[in-house]
Amino acid sequence: MPHISLPEGLTGIRGAMAFRPETARPLNALAEVLLHAPNTLSAGERELIATYVSYLNDCYYCQTCHGYIAAALHDGDEELVRRVKADFQHADISEKLKALLVIAGKVQKGGKQVTADDVDFAHTVGATDLEIHDTVLIAAAFCMYNRYVDGLDTWQPHAEALYRERGKHVAKVGYISASNEYLPPKPAAELIVK
Amino acid sequence: MPHIALPEGLAGITAGFAFRPETAKPMRELAHILLHEANSLTPGERELIATYVSSQNDCYFCQTSHGAAAACHLGSSEIVKQVKTDFESAPVSPKLKALLAIAGKVQQSGKNVTSTDIDRARRLGATEMEIHDTVLIAAAFCMFNRYVDGLGTWQPRDETMYAQMGKHLAEEGYRKRPAEQPEPEYYRTAREAADKELAVETK
Repeated sequence: MPHISLPEGLTGIRGAMAFRPETARPLNALAEVLLHAPNTLSAGERELIATYVSYLNDCYYCQTCHGYIAAALHDGDEELVRRVKADFQHADISEKLKALLVIAGKVQKGGKQVTADDVDFAHTVGATDLEIHDTVLIAAAFCMYNRYVDGLDTWQPHAEALYRERGKHVAKVGYISASNEYLPPKPAAELIVK
Repeated sequence: MPHIALPEGLAGITAGFAFRPETAKPMRELAHILLHEANSLTPGERELIATYVSSQNDCYFCQTSHGAAAACHLGSSEIVKQVKTDFESAPVSPKLKALLAIAGKVQQSGKNVTSTDIDRARRLGATEMEIHDTVLIAAAFCMFNRYVDGLGTWQPRDETMYAQMGKHLAEEGYRKRPAEQPEPEYYRTAREAADKELAVETK
């Protein structure tokens, strides 16, 4: 049972976001820019970074949810997602993404763990400064999202089929649009006299 | 030296924000709502939670700038020091101590928060919203701290600068940008390439 009375029937972060729509909006806006907006890293690559960090933080909801979004963005390749979590150095991904996952794994432990060597290597295999920046911020942001989801003890049903369907949907429409399905309308609309 | 070519002369998170204004906007907005907007927890109490978590994460820039903001709200830098060293014996309310205990658990891992921690906070008068905001402030600073240190940002050891920054944050909050930064060249190139790619896909 969640630590506080979150709205029922909404899984994971969605219950917390519906509880506090004011903070939900910037949280979704950040996810939208980092994971869904156009970027030289594909949305699938960025979702793999999010999934890997959530896996390291042992957050069931986030690693499953973003894992299925990542799979949907890789033509349904769920095996790829499993490999990245288990041993990304031997997964079928680019050398650049491997170097970025190393940085993300360091950020998950602590920002200070990232070394100049990690960054040099990422540069060597083709990562741009912006890609390194976004990797650091995706990893940092998932250290927030994961703690938010688990720290409130949100409802995280173990129902893979549900996450698979949801993943396909979010992969397509993105985070702001998906959040509008369960967040109340913007304040102006709430002022309508009943 | 920062790990990537951040704009020079900007300390800590402000360099990351200037490098990538698109992500800065929601991050500033989140900080503004959590720390500065009206709330049943005072801005001073919320800045203490932010400072404590940043100190547990050993982030110099964040614990010093938010510590300065907290000191400005509370009119005492001594309380800030005591909260960082041993909040259970600091001169703050029992409710805030219970919330700091929850924040400390979140800093380690969300899973470390127990129903005993929550019951204690409730018994001492914490509302559901206050518990929610404490968890999210602590979680958000696990992001901000990692962002600041993970990029190897410039974090000068300059007490005067942090005192000024703290005063500014305490008075103005987080939403406003200090000054408009021109779009960095490397960002413009990436953005234009991405836009071009998108235009092709849309056709």
